[in-house]
Amino acid sequence: MALIIKDRNIVTDPWLRLELNADRSLPEIPPAGDVIVPLALWQQRREPLAARPSRLGICLDSHEEPAVIAEDLKLFGVVAVNFPKFTDGRGYSTARLLRERYGWKGELRAVGDVFRDQLFHLASCGFNSFALRDGEDLQDALGAFRDFSDTYQATVEQPQPLFRRRRLA
Amino acid sequence: MYRYDEIDQRLVDERVAQFRDQTQRFLTGKLSEDDFRPLRLRNGLYIQRFAPMLRVAIPYGLLSSRQLRTLAHIARKWDRGYGHFSTRQNIQYNWPRLEDVPDILAELATVEMHAIQTSGNCVRNITTDHFAGVARDEIVDSFVWCELLRQWSTFHPEFNYLPRKFKIAVNGAEADRAAIFLHDIGLQAVRDSAGEVGFRVIVGGGMGRTPIVGHVIREFLPWQHLLTYVEAILHVYNRYGRRDNLYKARIKILVKERTPEKFREEVEAEWAHRKDGSATLTVEEVQRVEGRFTRPQHEQLAGDDAGHLARLAAEPAFAAWARRNVQPHKIPGYAAVTLSLKKTGVPPGDATSDQMDAVAELADRYSGGELRVSHEQNLILADVRQSQLHALWQEAKALGLATPNIGLITNIIACPGGDFCSLANAKSIPVAQAIQERFDRLDYVYDIGELDLNISGCMNSCGHHHVGHIGILGVDKNGEEWYQISIGGNQGLTRPGAPAAVGKVIGPSFARDQIPDVIEKLIGLYLEQRESEAERFIDVVWRTGIDPFKKRVYGTHHQRQEHRNRSLAAA
Repeated sequence: MALIIKDRNIVTDPWLRLELNADRSLPEIPPAGDVIVPLALWQQRREPLAARPSRLGICLDSHEEPAVIAEDLKLFGVVAVNFPKFTDGRGYSTARLLRERYGWKGELRAVGDVFRDQLFHLASCGFNSFALRDGEDLQDALGAFRDFSDTYQATVEQPQPLFRRRRLA
Repeated sequence: MYRYDEIDQRLVDERVAQFRDQTQRFLTGKLSEDDFRPLRLRNGLYIQRFAPMLRVAIPYGLLSSRQLRTLAHIARKWDRGYGHFSTRQNIQYNWPRLEDVPDILAELATVEMHAIQTSGNCVRNITTDHFAGVARDEIVDSFVWCELLRQWSTFHPEFNYLPRKFKIAVNGAEADRAAIFLHDIGLQAVRDSAGEVGFRVIVGGGMGRTPIVGHVIREFLPWQHLLTYVEAILHVYNRYGRRDNLYKARIKILVKERTPEKFREEVEAEWAHRKDGSATLTVEEVQRVEGRFTRPQHEQLAGDDAGHLARLAAEPAFAAWARRNVQPHKIPGYAAVTLSLKKTGVPPGDATSDQMDAVAELADRYSGGELRVSHEQNLILADVRQSQLHALWQEAKALGLATPNIGLITNIIACPGGDFCSLANAKSIPVAQAIQERFDRLDYVYDIGELDLNISGCMNSCGHHHVGHIGILGVDKNGEEWYQISIGGNQGLTRPGAPAAVGKVIGPSFARDQIPDVIEKLIGLYLEQRESEAERFIDVVWRTGIDPFKKRVYGTHHQRQEHRNRSLAAA
């Protein structure tokens, strides 16, 4: 099984991530096992997916709206957000919406072009799990959470901006 | 100067360590070129034509003499003894070695400076009026609001990878000296009838390939909501700004495609969720930031200095300099002085290490140890006693910093251009020099009056050519350098009835050696057409339209035909 970073530990990943086929057609649904499915598969195969005995996760691509799954969140064991390129920053906003507006408390995972240098800010925006791209040194990546000792802004991790905490110090 | 507290300093130090690690991983092959590029760009490091270029942030253009000495030291130790002050009030070094950059950043951190977010697709250095805090037409001291925005935008976790770069300008005075209608967000301080401070919010202005004058989306935003509202704008932009086409990725395109009205509705809807949240500013925080600013001490003086007035009357050369390079100050008996970095023969905005040290010395002796960088690429001593202006003038003259050309045609804004920049289509510095030489020689310059002449080496318009009264743009035609000329641009509401405007192209482009002639023709027509000396070049362009100018430059249809044939033959 693949290794991921979750809650700042390296753990094995119980989930299988299904992706759209290269021609954008829907992938086969395996009969058993915990799967993370793309939004299109969930929207078109909702019944069979919900009827499976295993856990279900959903993956939003960077352009997909978190609002469309807001009502379904309770059905999911994990919500993943894909970064097709690490310079595509839409997923940071998606994460904040899921946490702050739609109240998602469960595992929020960054997938795709994810590596050490994004982790600090991804965590600030509410991601707590990270499937790094192939070939990354996970042990080294854990250091990224200590890159900065504080942030000026209100974040998901620290809902009070620095200026409100400075005042108390 | 805003003085860092422990946390401000620690965050900058941590950024140095992070960048040192990233550079190390790149140099040892653990980080690919493609992965390193966006990471180094976020820290102001470009790989240029000859060497890396490092852009160092000068937040809102404000510097202490100690910081300027460090900038001089860096230029001496790691570069070639000079730096280039840019139109975003920053400084750029053109010759550092990549492996030295972490040490340069560590050196900067010792004087509370950094290169954070000076490039890359993130919120860039926030710019403002270079006369903030001293201008007679001040509404608020914009430095305080700029610093609040600087802290908010520094490493903002949600907005690290925007569709494109994002520029915010704040203007705190009646006259717009910050070009707020030509930024992604422009903020104009205003007071309501009760005297409460707020901001007029402008979005979607910009230069570049598609120059657009920004739209007001809110007439009055109470100051408490500054951060939440700006955050709402950035959030909408981050989610919906175009990422498929580099040239359509700025917020101005999103605002245009959605229409300003629809965009405003989206921002307001997003803001409704954030309004009154924890990022809402408090009186205590504004006062805390205000309190961390040191300001030069002023003496109580009766009014204009009698000795100064006498010297103005007696010495025409001093008076000519004072007329152009000295601005009134809100405190009686004081003045703000612009040291011109636009001496003919020197690339606009360049300063040597020795000059920087000398200016630091002047700042210490004449202006409370502080100075500003203007977006017109000059240095400003903002708190000089009138009684000392004459002595300062003599010293500045000896240093080559007293060219009396502020606001005049030879005060050219220019990007580094094709001599240094790998993006440029054409050189800008030799064009600037040829124009300066022509107008120096003709000794015209004092009769032409106010004229902004801006040169960009390519469509990225770092030289702000769109808003020059005369703008010159370097274009590439089959691998050759040509120059397109526009007229009628204006950087902002610097006087009543003269709003920000984008210039119009007058016609086909020219070879470099034709440019001084063309400019002379434009100026010649202006001098014939103006109704009085008070009517500036730009006023005449707006009154008559560009056709008379076109005709003067290109002649009649028959002459145009000939021009085209000659150009084709030359090309």
